[in-house]
Amino acid sequence: MSSIGSDSKQAQRKAAMTVLAHAAAADIAGRLAAIAMPSHENLREPENGLVMVRGRIGGDGAPFNLGEATVSRAAVRLATGEVGFGYTLGRDAEKARMIALCDAMVQSAALSGEVEAKVIAPLRAAMNAERARKAAETAATRVDFYTMVRGEG
Amino acid sequence: MYVAVKGGERAIENAHRLLAHERRGDRDVAEVTLAQISEQLALGVDRVMTEGSLYDRELAALAIKQARGDMIEAIFLVRAFRATLPRFGATEPVNTGEMQVRRRISSTFKDVPGGQILGPTFDYTHRLLDPQLAEGFVPEQPATAEASQAATPRVTDILGRDGLIESSPQAEADAPVGDLTREPLSFPADRDLRLQNLARGDEGFLLALGYSTQRGYGRNHPFAGEIRFGEVEVELFAEDVGFAVPLGSIELTECQMVNQFKGSTTEAPCFTRGYGLAFGQSERKTMSMALVDRALRARELGEEAAAPAQDEEFVMSHSDNVQSTGFVEHLKLPHYVDFQSELGLLRKLRQEFAEANPAVELQEAAE
Repeated sequence: MSSIGSDSKQAQRKAAMTVLAHAAAADIAGRLAAIAMPSHENLREPENGLVMVRGRIGGDGAPFNLGEATVSRAAVRLATGEVGFGYTLGRDAEKARMIALCDAMVQSAALSGEVEAKVIAPLRAAMNAERARKAAETAATRVDFYTMVRGEG
Repeated sequence: MYVAVKGGERAIENAHRLLAHERRGDRDVAEVTLAQISEQLALGVDRVMTEGSLYDRELAALAIKQARGDMIEAIFLVRAFRATLPRFGATEPVNTGEMQVRRRISSTFKDVPGGQILGPTFDYTHRLLDPQLAEGFVPEQPATAEASQAATPRVTDILGRDGLIESSPQAEADAPVGDLTREPLSFPADRDLRLQNLARGDEGFLLALGYSTQRGYGRNHPFAGEIRFGEVEVELFAEDVGFAVPLGSIELTECQMVNQFKGSTTEAPCFTRGYGLAFGQSERKTMSMALVDRALRARELGEEAAAPAQDEEFVMSHSDNVQSTGFVEHLKLPHYVDFQSELGLLRKLRQEFAEANPAVELQEAAE
């Protein structure tokens, strides 16, 4: 595999993981129900743990430890050999397992089109709609001192 | 010295049973759910996550319910819980510059690029109790407007471009990051450790210290350069995956305090900074933290350090409300043996005093 090919595959996996981490577990399960489940096994049993969340001094300086967050992780292997990883904030280990399963499918040439179309794409649309809703609500609270002054000039 | 006592098992068991009953309150009143606490007492949940030093809304809501609304008890419960899970690693430092902003204000620039965004705030409310809220109130849907695509750079980045404010201290890429959950505190402490300590420190303690600097005990002339609240993405570099894995987003509040300038014969004068960062919407906390962070930089900035807020050993040793409450509240536990020995000593001293001063009539001490 060329390094360019692996970079773009990595970017695709990361983009899918972002969408899945943002989605509710029930929504991922609902979307996964629409595709035929490939044969797979748990490579790492889903488990809960912590990560130390880091910030930066002044927002852009040296890192410091802000506080921890709960996280879940899992790893699965498809019968065809692809190994998928699932990491997500929170204590929902089943969500981590589903993310791992999706990650494995994204890496499979035979399955990536279907998982992208039937799972990732609709969840991405929902994530973007939610972000747009919040952005529109937030925008209505913008204080525009500038316009008030300009209106009289 | 504390000497253990035995006994009382039955009474203790019954006291906890009574506590559970009182926690439930009138059983004809509906039980509060974790979702209700998380959704409707959201700022309380944010505080418990911040000072409990664990981002998990559901656990913080459970802690508040179990603690009957006692925030410090809830923080204690969350701290104890975090000791039960393994740590998978540390995240990549979050980028607050790319926050999906829900609120963003600057008291220094009215026309800051990206705009002033009030978001959900108590500011400008009249602080009058609202009887409508007592029951069955259905609020209007929020107003909407077209969202701007403009970036919302940090105010300190804008000032920094002209050299008007000091830049943030940088570290070598692989330099270790101090972690006070792993190593005990020692002094002097570097700024990374101080910020970790302040981030989990008691809001009331930091508020009082921040206020004290405004009143003249270590004055540092602050402006709220910027306060922002919103969602930031979190990533963890996972060895097994081989790249930084997205974990989802968390809500954070950040405060950039812009403070009195300094200069010297070799450096042009520029504003100095204090920094605050906390989980959830925690504005008072991050503002207080930023004031105290700046005050604790007195030594580094060559200022006289005479006020309590400038004394890092004093501040950092007393900021943690779990430690503080542990030591204060342990006074409630049986100290009978201790007290008996004090009593014996006191009687002996009084007897010696009476023998040396026969003219003074001692009152019999009540026992």
